[in-house]
Amino acid sequence: MEHQPPPFFKTGPAPLARLLIFSALSLTVLVADVRFDYLASLRQVAAVVIYPLQRIAAAPFSIARRIGDFLVTHGSLRTQNAQLAQENFDNAALLLQLKALQAENAQLRDLLAARKRLGTELVTAEVLYAARDPFSRKVVIDKGSRDDIRAGQVAVDNRGVVGQVTRVYPWISEVTLVTDKGQLVPVQNLRNGLRAILAGTGSDGTLELRFVPPNADFENGDELVTSGIDGVYPPGLPVARVTEVERSAEKMFARVTGVPLGGVANHTHVLIAGGSRDLPPRPPAEEPKSPLPKKSRKG
Amino acid sequence: MADTRIMLQEILLPVRAGFIGLTLIVALLLNLLPWSSAWLWLKPDFVALVLLYWCVAQPRKVGFVSAWLLGLVMDVADGALFGQHALSYSILAYAGIVLHRRVLMFSGTPQVLHIVVLLLLNDLIVITIRVLAGAGFPGFQYFIGSFIAGALWLPLGVLLKLPQRPQPDPDRV
Repeated sequence: MEHQPPPFFKTGPAPLARLLIFSALSLTVLVADVRFDYLASLRQVAAVVIYPLQRIAAAPFSIARRIGDFLVTHGSLRTQNAQLAQENFDNAALLLQLKALQAENAQLRDLLAARKRLGTELVTAEVLYAARDPFSRKVVIDKGSRDDIRAGQVAVDNRGVVGQVTRVYPWISEVTLVTDKGQLVPVQNLRNGLRAILAGTGSDGTLELRFVPPNADFENGDELVTSGIDGVYPPGLPVARVTEVERSAEKMFARVTGVPLGGVANHTHVLIAGGSRDLPPRPPAEEPKSPLPKKSRKG
Repeated sequence: MADTRIMLQEILLPVRAGFIGLTLIVALLLNLLPWSSAWLWLKPDFVALVLLYWCVAQPRKVGFVSAWLLGLVMDVADGALFGQHALSYSILAYAGIVLHRRVLMFSGTPQVLHIVVLLLLNDLIVITIRVLAGAGFPGFQYFIGSFIAGALWLPLGVLLKLPQRPQPDPDRV
Protein backbone atom coordinates (compact mmCIF):
# COMPACT_ATOMS: atom_id res chain seq x y z
CA MET A 1 0.00 0.00 0.00
CA GLU A 2 1.23 3.37 -0.88
CA HIS A 3 0.84 5.97 1.80
CA GLN A 4 0.11 9.55 0.89
CA PRO A 5 2.35 12.17 2.41
CA PRO A 6 0.69 14.31 5.06
CA PRO A 7 -0.79 17.47 3.56
CA PHE A 8 1.03 20.77 3.90
CA PHE A 9 -2.01 22.62 5.09
CA LYS A 10 -4.66 21.39 7.44
CA THR A 11 -7.95 21.77 5.55
CA GLY A 12 -10.14 19.27 7.32
CA PRO A 13 -11.74 16.32 5.56
CA ALA A 14 -11.56 16.14 1.77
CA PRO A 15 -14.47 17.67 -0.18
CA LEU A 16 -15.76 14.26 -1.20
CA ALA A 17 -15.88 13.10 2.42
CA ARG A 18 -17.71 16.26 3.38
CA LEU A 19 -20.13 15.83 0.52
CA LEU A 20 -20.92 12.32 1.72
CA ILE A 21 -21.46 13.54 5.28
CA PHE A 22 -23.79 16.35 4.24
CA SER A 23 -25.65 14.23 1.70
CA ALA A 24 -26.25 11.59 4.34
CA LEU A 25 -27.50 14.30 6.70
CA SER A 26 -29.82 15.70 4.04
CA LEU A 27 -31.18 12.30 3.16
CA THR A 28 -31.80 11.54 6.83
CA VAL A 29 -33.70 14.79 7.18
CA LEU A 30 -35.66 14.08 3.99
CA VAL A 31 -36.69 10.61 5.05
CA ALA A 32 -37.54 11.80 8.56
CA ASP A 33 -39.75 14.51 7.04
CA VAL A 34 -41.44 12.47 4.30
CA ARG A 35 -42.00 9.21 6.15
CA PHE A 36 -42.24 10.05 9.82
CA ASP A 37 -42.92 13.78 10.16
CA TYR A 38 -40.43 13.99 13.02
CA LEU A 39 -38.96 17.38 12.32
CA ALA A 40 -41.84 19.73 13.05
CA SER A 41 -39.92 21.47 15.82
CA LEU A 42 -36.80 21.96 13.69
CA ARG A 43 -39.03 23.46 11.02
CA GLN A 44 -40.53 25.81 13.61
CA VAL A 45 -37.07 27.00 14.64
CA ALA A 46 -36.01 27.66 11.06
CA ALA A 47 -39.31 29.42 10.39
CA VAL A 48 -38.79 31.77 13.32
CA VAL A 49 -35.25 32.51 12.13
CA ILE A 50 -36.35 33.57 8.66
CA TYR A 51 -39.53 35.31 9.72
CA PRO A 52 -37.97 38.83 9.75
CA LEU A 53 -36.50 38.25 6.31
CA GLN A 54 -39.86 37.14 5.00
CA ARG A 55 -41.55 40.24 6.37
CA ILE A 56 -38.84 42.50 4.91
CA ALA A 57 -39.15 40.83 1.52
CA ALA A 58 -42.93 41.15 1.51
CA ALA A 59 -42.97 44.71 2.88
CA PRO A 60 -42.37 46.73 -0.32
CA PHE A 61 -45.22 44.97 -2.09
CA SER A 62 -47.76 45.43 0.68
CA ILE A 63 -46.71 49.06 1.09
CA ALA A 64 -47.09 49.61 -2.65
CA ARG A 65 -50.53 48.07 -2.46
CA ARG A 66 -51.50 50.32 0.41
CA ILE A 67 -50.24 53.40 -1.43
CA GLY A 68 -52.23 52.24 -4.44
CA ASP A 69 -55.31 52.01 -2.22
CA PHE A 70 -54.68 55.51 -0.87
CA LEU A 71 -54.20 57.21 -4.23
CA VAL A 72 -57.62 56.68 -5.75
CA THR A 73 -59.38 59.41 -7.62
CA HIS A 74 -62.41 61.26 -6.31
CA GLY A 75 -64.46 60.05 -9.28
CA SER A 76 -63.77 56.39 -8.79
CA LEU A 77 -64.55 56.70 -5.09
CA ARG A 78 -67.87 58.35 -5.89
CA THR A 79 -68.88 55.70 -8.41
CA GLN A 80 -67.86 52.98 -6.01
CA ASN A 81 -69.79 54.64 -3.22
CA ALA A 82 -72.91 54.90 -5.34
CA GLN A 83 -72.52 51.29 -6.35
CA LEU A 84 -72.11 50.15 -2.77
CA ALA A 85 -75.10 52.18 -1.62
CA GLN A 86 -77.21 50.53 -4.31
CA GLU A 87 -75.91 47.09 -3.35
CA ASN A 88 -76.54 47.83 0.30
CA PHE A 89 -80.09 48.84 -0.53
CA ASP A 90 -80.62 45.67 -2.53
CA ASN A 91 -79.17 43.51 0.18
CA ALA A 92 -81.09 45.12 3.04
CA ALA A 93 -84.27 43.31 2.19
CA LEU A 94 -82.44 40.01 1.89
CA LEU A 95 -80.70 40.68 5.18
CA LEU A 96 -83.96 41.22 6.98
CA GLN A 97 -85.21 37.96 5.58
CA LEU A 98 -81.96 36.29 6.57
CA LYS A 99 -82.33 37.37 10.19
CA ALA A 100 -85.81 35.95 10.35
CA LEU A 101 -84.64 32.75 8.68
CA GLN A 102 -81.68 32.44 11.04
CA ALA A 103 -83.94 32.77 14.05
CA GLU A 104 -86.31 30.25 12.61
CA ASN A 105 -83.44 27.92 11.73
CA ALA A 106 -82.00 28.15 15.24
CA GLN A 107 -85.36 27.32 16.68
CA LEU A 108 -85.79 24.33 14.39
CA ARG A 109 -82.29 23.13 15.18
CA ASP A 110 -83.00 23.38 18.87
CA LEU A 111 -86.11 21.39 18.27
CA LEU A 112 -84.14 18.77 16.44
CA ALA A 113 -81.48 18.94 19.14
CA ALA A 114 -79.13 19.29 16.26
CA ARG A 115 -75.54 20.10 16.67
CA LYS A 116 -74.87 23.81 16.26
CA ARG A 117 -73.31 24.78 13.01
CA LEU A 118 -69.79 26.08 13.05
CA GLY A 119 -69.61 29.55 14.50
CA THR A 120 -68.75 32.30 12.11
CA GLU A 121 -65.49 33.04 13.83
CA LEU A 122 -63.37 34.49 11.08
CA VAL A 123 -59.80 35.72 11.07
CA THR A 124 -58.69 37.95 8.23
CA ALA A 125 -55.19 37.21 7.01
CA GLU A 126 -53.03 38.80 4.38
CA VAL A 127 -51.32 36.62 1.82
CA LEU A 128 -47.61 37.33 2.16
CA TYR A 129 -46.51 35.41 -0.90
CA ALA A 130 -47.18 32.31 -2.90
CA ALA A 131 -44.75 29.58 -1.90
CA ARG A 132 -42.07 29.32 -4.54
CA ASP A 133 -42.25 25.58 -4.81
CA PRO A 134 -43.34 24.72 -8.35
CA PHE A 135 -44.35 21.24 -7.21
CA SER A 136 -47.10 22.39 -4.89
CA ARG A 137 -49.72 25.11 -4.71
CA LYS A 138 -49.38 26.94 -1.44
CA VAL A 139 -49.56 30.47 -0.11
CA VAL A 140 -48.13 31.87 3.09
CA ILE A 141 -50.36 34.09 5.22
CA ASP A 142 -49.43 36.54 7.96
CA LYS A 143 -51.33 34.90 10.84
CA GLY A 144 -50.06 31.99 12.85
CA SER A 145 -50.53 30.12 16.07
CA ARG A 146 -50.30 33.45 17.93
CA ASP A 147 -53.62 34.39 16.32
CA ASP A 148 -55.23 31.05 17.11
CA ILE A 149 -54.78 29.66 13.63
CA ARG A 150 -54.78 25.88 13.68
CA ALA A 151 -53.83 23.39 11.03
CA GLY A 152 -56.93 22.09 9.30
CA GLN A 153 -58.83 25.36 9.21
CA VAL A 154 -60.24 26.47 5.90
CA ALA A 155 -59.23 29.59 3.96
CA VAL A 156 -61.98 31.32 2.02
CA ASP A 157 -62.32 34.55 0.10
CA ASN A 158 -65.45 36.39 -0.94
CA ARG A 159 -66.18 33.91 -3.73
CA GLY A 160 -65.39 30.55 -2.26
CA VAL A 161 -62.93 28.15 -0.72
CA VAL A 162 -59.30 28.95 -1.44
CA GLY A 163 -57.53 26.26 0.53
CA GLN A 164 -56.75 24.76 3.88
CA VAL A 165 -54.24 25.70 6.56
CA THR A 166 -51.72 22.88 6.57
CA ARG A 167 -48.77 24.10 8.58
CA VAL A 168 -48.75 26.67 11.36
CA TYR A 169 -45.78 28.65 12.61
CA PRO A 170 -45.90 31.23 15.41
CA TRP A 171 -46.54 34.24 13.16
CA ILE A 172 -47.25 32.83 9.73
CA SER A 173 -48.90 29.75 8.34
CA GLU A 174 -49.06 27.87 5.10
CA VAL A 175 -52.30 27.44 3.21
CA THR A 176 -52.43 24.60 0.71
CA LEU A 177 -54.64 25.71 -2.17
CA VAL A 178 -57.45 23.53 -3.43
CA THR A 179 -55.56 23.21 -6.73
CA ASP A 180 -52.63 21.46 -5.04
CA LYS A 181 -52.14 17.90 -6.14
CA GLY A 182 -53.41 15.71 -3.34
CA GLN A 183 -55.53 18.37 -1.63
CA LEU A 184 -58.99 16.88 -1.19
CA VAL A 185 -62.26 18.64 -0.45
CA PRO A 186 -65.45 16.71 0.26
CA VAL A 187 -68.12 18.44 -1.83
CA GLN A 188 -71.69 18.04 -2.86
CA ASN A 189 -73.50 19.13 -5.94
CA LEU A 190 -75.65 22.13 -5.09
CA ARG A 191 -78.26 21.10 -7.68
CA ASN A 192 -79.00 17.62 -6.38
CA GLY A 193 -76.97 17.09 -3.23
CA LEU A 194 -74.78 14.40 -4.75
CA ARG A 195 -71.60 13.93 -2.71
CA ALA A 196 -68.11 13.51 -4.16
CA ILE A 197 -64.47 14.12 -3.43
CA LEU A 198 -62.85 17.05 -5.20
CA ALA A 199 -59.10 16.87 -5.76
CA GLY A 200 -56.58 19.35 -7.08
CA THR A 201 -54.54 18.43 -10.12
CA GLY A 202 -51.44 20.48 -9.44
CA SER A 203 -52.07 22.93 -12.26
CA ASP A 204 -53.67 26.30 -11.68
CA GLY A 205 -57.36 26.44 -12.36
CA THR A 206 -58.23 22.77 -12.73
CA LEU A 207 -59.92 20.53 -10.22
CA GLU A 208 -61.07 16.98 -10.62
CA LEU A 209 -63.81 14.92 -9.02
CA ARG A 210 -62.52 11.55 -7.94
CA PHE A 211 -64.31 8.21 -8.17
CA VAL A 212 -67.50 9.45 -9.77
CA PRO A 213 -69.57 6.60 -11.23
CA PRO A 214 -70.28 7.07 -14.95
CA ASN A 215 -74.01 7.42 -14.36
CA ALA A 216 -73.67 10.09 -11.65
CA ASP A 217 -75.68 13.21 -12.31
CA PHE A 218 -73.06 15.90 -12.88
CA GLU A 219 -73.49 18.45 -15.62
CA ASN A 220 -71.55 21.41 -16.93
CA GLY A 221 -72.16 24.46 -14.81
CA ASP A 222 -73.04 22.57 -11.65
CA GLU A 223 -71.86 24.37 -8.56
CA LEU A 224 -70.03 22.28 -5.97
CA VAL A 225 -70.15 23.32 -2.31
CA THR A 226 -68.47 21.80 0.72
CA SER A 227 -70.55 19.00 2.19
CA GLY A 228 -69.23 19.36 5.72
CA ILE A 229 -69.34 15.65 6.42
CA ASP A 230 -65.61 15.60 7.10
CA GLY A 231 -66.02 17.80 10.15
CA VAL A 232 -63.23 20.06 8.90
CA TYR A 233 -64.80 22.28 6.26
CA PRO A 234 -67.93 24.15 7.28
CA PRO A 235 -70.78 23.00 5.03
CA GLY A 236 -72.14 25.05 2.18
CA LEU A 237 -69.09 27.00 1.05
CA PRO A 238 -68.80 27.27 -2.74
CA VAL A 239 -65.72 25.47 -4.05
CA ALA A 240 -65.88 24.87 -7.77
CA ARG A 241 -67.96 24.88 -10.93
CA VAL A 242 -68.05 21.85 -13.20
CA THR A 243 -66.72 22.65 -16.66
CA GLU A 244 -66.36 19.30 -18.31
CA VAL A 245 -67.93 15.88 -17.88
CA GLU A 246 -66.47 13.02 -19.83
CA ARG A 247 -68.09 9.60 -19.70
CA SER A 248 -66.68 6.68 -21.56
CA ALA A 249 -67.79 3.05 -21.44
CA GLU A 250 -64.34 1.55 -21.02
CA LYS A 251 -63.47 3.57 -17.94
CA MET A 252 -64.70 2.77 -14.50
CA PHE A 253 -65.25 6.37 -13.45
CA ALA A 254 -66.50 9.47 -15.17
CA ARG A 255 -63.99 12.26 -15.60
CA VAL A 256 -65.46 15.42 -14.11
CA THR A 257 -63.30 18.52 -14.11
CA GLY A 258 -64.04 21.95 -12.77
CA VAL A 259 -62.60 25.36 -12.04
CA PRO A 260 -62.17 26.76 -8.54
CA LEU A 261 -64.58 29.55 -7.60
CA GLY A 262 -62.37 31.16 -4.99
CA GLY A 263 -59.60 33.41 -6.26
CA VAL A 264 -56.94 30.76 -6.01
CA ALA A 265 -54.30 32.48 -8.11
CA ASN A 266 -54.85 36.13 -7.25
CA HIS A 267 -55.80 37.24 -3.81
CA THR A 268 -54.40 39.55 -1.23
CA HIS A 269 -56.60 38.66 1.73
CA VAL A 270 -58.24 35.47 2.86
CA LEU A 271 -60.53 34.62 5.73
CA ILE A 272 -59.57 31.73 7.95
CA ALA A 273 -62.70 30.03 9.17
CA GLY A 274 -63.95 26.99 10.94
CA GLY A 275 -62.11 24.59 13.12
CA SER A 276 -62.57 21.27 14.68
CA ARG A 277 -66.19 20.58 15.37
CA ASP A 278 -66.74 18.40 18.42
CA LEU A 279 -67.54 15.19 16.67
CA PRO A 280 -68.81 12.14 18.52
CA PRO A 281 -65.95 9.91 19.62
CA ARG A 282 -64.72 7.33 17.19
CA PRO A 283 -66.50 4.02 17.68
CA PRO A 284 -64.23 1.43 19.30
CA ALA A 285 -62.44 -0.83 16.88
CA GLU A 286 -64.34 -4.01 16.17
CA GLU A 287 -63.14 -7.10 17.96
CA PRO A 288 -61.41 -9.52 15.65
CA LYS A 289 -64.00 -12.04 14.61
CA SER A 290 -61.87 -15.16 14.52
CA PRO A 291 -62.06 -16.05 18.24
CA LEU A 292 -65.86 -15.94 18.24
CA PRO A 293 -66.60 -19.21 16.40
CA LYS A 294 -64.09 -20.99 18.62
CA LYS A 295 -65.98 -19.86 21.70
CA SER A 296 -69.27 -21.00 20.25
CA ARG A 297 -67.75 -24.36 19.43
CA LYS A 298 -66.56 -24.72 22.98
CA GLY A 299 -69.84 -23.61 24.47
CA MET B 1 -13.99 39.13 -22.84
CA ALA B 2 -10.58 40.74 -22.67
CA ASP B 3 -11.78 42.88 -19.78
CA THR B 4 -12.79 39.92 -17.67
CA ARG B 5 -9.44 38.27 -18.26
CA ILE B 6 -7.65 41.33 -16.99
CA MET B 7 -10.01 41.49 -14.06
CA LEU B 8 -9.30 37.90 -13.10
CA GLN B 9 -5.62 38.66 -12.94
CA GLU B 10 -6.22 41.65 -10.72
CA ILE B 11 -4.80 41.57 -7.24
CA LEU B 12 -7.72 41.77 -4.87
CA LEU B 13 -7.99 42.46 -1.19
CA PRO B 14 -9.03 39.54 1.02
CA VAL B 15 -12.78 39.25 1.25
CA ARG B 16 -14.46 39.86 4.58
CA ALA B 17 -16.57 37.08 6.05
CA GLY B 18 -19.24 39.63 6.95
CA PHE B 19 -19.57 40.64 3.32
CA ILE B 20 -20.07 37.03 2.25
CA GLY B 21 -22.78 36.61 4.88
CA LEU B 22 -24.44 39.83 3.80
CA THR B 23 -24.56 38.81 0.14
CA LEU B 24 -26.04 35.44 1.06
CA ILE B 25 -28.72 37.14 3.16
CA VAL B 26 -29.52 39.52 0.30
CA ALA B 27 -29.80 36.52 -2.04
CA LEU B 28 -32.17 34.90 0.46
CA LEU B 29 -34.23 38.10 0.54
CA LEU B 30 -34.44 38.13 -3.26
CA ASN B 31 -35.63 34.53 -3.17
CA LEU B 32 -38.22 35.44 -0.55
CA LEU B 33 -39.78 38.22 -2.61
CA PRO B 34 -43.41 37.43 -3.38
CA TRP B 35 -42.86 36.05 -6.88
CA SER B 36 -46.14 35.24 -8.55
CA SER B 37 -46.87 32.40 -10.92
CA ALA B 38 -45.56 33.75 -14.24
CA TRP B 39 -42.45 35.31 -12.71
CA LEU B 40 -41.86 32.22 -10.64
CA TRP B 41 -40.74 30.31 -13.71
CA LEU B 42 -38.33 33.05 -14.71
CA LYS B 43 -36.95 33.53 -11.21
CA PRO B 44 -33.36 32.42 -10.89
CA ASP B 45 -32.45 30.75 -7.62
CA PHE B 46 -30.43 33.63 -6.20
CA VAL B 47 -29.23 31.66 -3.21
CA ALA B 48 -27.84 28.89 -5.42
CA LEU B 49 -26.20 31.46 -7.67
CA VAL B 50 -24.50 33.47 -4.92
CA LEU B 51 -23.54 30.31 -3.06
CA LEU B 52 -21.95 28.90 -6.20
CA TYR B 53 -20.14 32.18 -6.76
CA TRP B 54 -18.56 32.09 -3.30
CA CYS B 55 -17.75 28.38 -3.57
CA VAL B 56 -15.88 29.09 -6.79
CA ALA B 57 -14.28 32.35 -5.67
CA GLN B 58 -13.56 31.52 -2.01
CA PRO B 59 -13.66 27.75 -1.58
CA ARG B 60 -11.81 27.99 1.72
CA LYS B 61 -14.37 30.30 3.28
CA VAL B 62 -17.72 29.13 1.98
CA GLY B 63 -18.61 25.51 1.85
CA PHE B 64 -20.87 22.76 2.94
CA VAL B 65 -22.06 24.09 6.28
CA SER B 66 -23.44 27.31 4.83
CA ALA B 67 -24.84 25.44 1.82
CA TRP B 68 -26.63 22.94 3.99
CA LEU B 69 -28.08 25.51 6.40
CA LEU B 70 -29.22 27.76 3.55
CA GLY B 71 -30.84 24.74 1.97
CA LEU B 72 -32.82 24.02 5.12
CA VAL B 73 -33.91 27.65 5.33
CA MET B 74 -35.05 27.61 1.70
CA ASP B 75 -37.02 24.43 2.31
CA VAL B 76 -38.89 26.00 5.20
CA ALA B 77 -39.52 29.23 3.32
CA ASP B 78 -40.87 27.38 0.30
CA GLY B 79 -42.92 24.95 2.35
CA ALA B 80 -41.12 22.26 0.39
CA LEU B 81 -39.82 18.91 1.57
CA PHE B 82 -37.37 19.36 4.39
CA GLY B 83 -33.89 18.59 3.06
CA GLN B 84 -34.37 18.76 -0.69
CA HIS B 85 -32.55 22.05 -1.08
CA ALA B 86 -30.10 21.04 1.64
CA LEU B 87 -29.06 18.09 -0.50
CA SER B 88 -29.00 19.94 -3.79
CA TYR B 89 -27.05 22.90 -2.38
CA SER B 90 -24.54 20.54 -0.75
CA ILE B 91 -23.90 18.87 -4.09
CA LEU B 92 -23.73 22.28 -5.77
CA ALA B 93 -21.18 23.42 -3.20
CA TYR B 94 -19.15 20.27 -3.80
CA ALA B 95 -19.17 20.83 -7.56
CA GLY B 96 -18.20 24.47 -7.08
CA ILE B 97 -15.34 23.67 -4.71
CA VAL B 98 -13.94 20.81 -6.78
CA LEU B 99 -14.23 22.65 -10.08
CA HIS B 100 -13.28 26.14 -8.90
CA ARG B 101 -9.83 26.15 -10.54
CA ARG B 102 -11.25 24.88 -13.79
CA VAL B 103 -14.08 27.42 -13.80
CA LEU B 104 -11.72 30.31 -13.06
CA MET B 105 -9.44 29.24 -15.94
CA PHE B 106 -12.21 30.26 -18.30
CA SER B 107 -13.65 33.69 -18.74
CA GLY B 108 -16.76 35.14 -20.29
CA THR B 109 -19.11 32.78 -22.08
CA PRO B 110 -17.28 29.48 -21.42
CA GLN B 111 -17.35 30.23 -17.70
CA VAL B 112 -21.07 30.97 -17.87
CA LEU B 113 -21.65 27.65 -19.63
CA HIS B 114 -19.96 25.85 -16.75
CA ILE B 115 -22.17 27.68 -14.28
CA VAL B 116 -25.37 26.94 -16.18
CA VAL B 117 -24.56 23.24 -16.22
CA LEU B 118 -23.94 23.25 -12.47
CA LEU B 119 -27.20 25.10 -11.79
CA LEU B 120 -29.12 22.71 -14.03
CA LEU B 121 -27.63 19.86 -12.03
CA ASN B 122 -28.99 21.58 -8.91
CA ASP B 123 -32.47 21.74 -10.46
CA LEU B 124 -32.25 18.14 -11.58
CA ILE B 125 -31.51 16.95 -8.04
CA VAL B 126 -34.52 18.83 -6.67
CA ILE B 127 -36.77 17.42 -9.39
CA THR B 128 -35.50 13.89 -8.79
CA ILE B 129 -36.21 14.14 -5.07
CA ARG B 130 -39.71 15.51 -5.63
CA VAL B 131 -40.62 12.95 -8.28
CA LEU B 132 -39.38 10.18 -6.00
CA ALA B 133 -41.51 11.64 -3.21
CA GLY B 134 -44.57 11.47 -5.44
CA ALA B 135 -44.92 14.85 -7.16
CA GLY B 136 -45.54 15.30 -10.87
CA PHE B 137 -42.95 16.64 -13.31
CA PRO B 138 -43.47 20.42 -13.36
CA GLY B 139 -42.49 20.85 -17.02
CA PHE B 140 -39.36 22.03 -18.75
CA GLN B 141 -40.01 25.66 -17.90
CA TYR B 142 -38.64 24.74 -14.48
CA PHE B 143 -35.14 24.99 -15.95
CA ILE B 144 -35.55 28.51 -17.38
CA GLY B 145 -34.49 30.10 -14.10
CA SER B 146 -31.07 28.50 -14.29
CA PHE B 147 -30.39 29.98 -17.73
CA ILE B 148 -31.37 33.41 -16.44
CA ALA B 149 -29.11 32.84 -13.44
CA GLY B 150 -26.32 32.04 -15.90
CA ALA B 151 -26.92 35.36 -17.64
CA LEU B 152 -26.59 37.09 -14.27
CA TRP B 153 -23.28 35.38 -13.46
CA LEU B 154 -20.89 37.90 -15.04
CA PRO B 155 -22.61 41.06 -13.68
CA LEU B 156 -22.75 39.37 -10.30
CA GLY B 157 -19.01 38.69 -10.44
CA VAL B 158 -18.27 42.36 -11.10
CA LEU B 159 -20.64 43.44 -8.32
CA LEU B 160 -19.32 41.08 -5.69
CA LYS B 161 -15.70 41.95 -6.43
CA LEU B 162 -16.27 45.68 -5.89
CA PRO B 163 -15.41 45.73 -2.16
CA GLN B 164 -12.26 43.73 -2.85
CA ARG B 165 -10.82 46.27 -5.25
CA PRO B 166 -7.80 48.00 -3.71
CA GLN B 167 -8.35 51.70 -3.13
CA PRO B 168 -6.38 53.77 -5.62
CA ASP B 169 -3.35 55.25 -3.89
CA PRO B 170 -3.80 59.06 -3.83
CA ASP B 171 -0.02 59.60 -3.75
CA ARG B 172 0.49 57.84 -7.05
CA VAL B 173 -1.26 59.45 -9.96
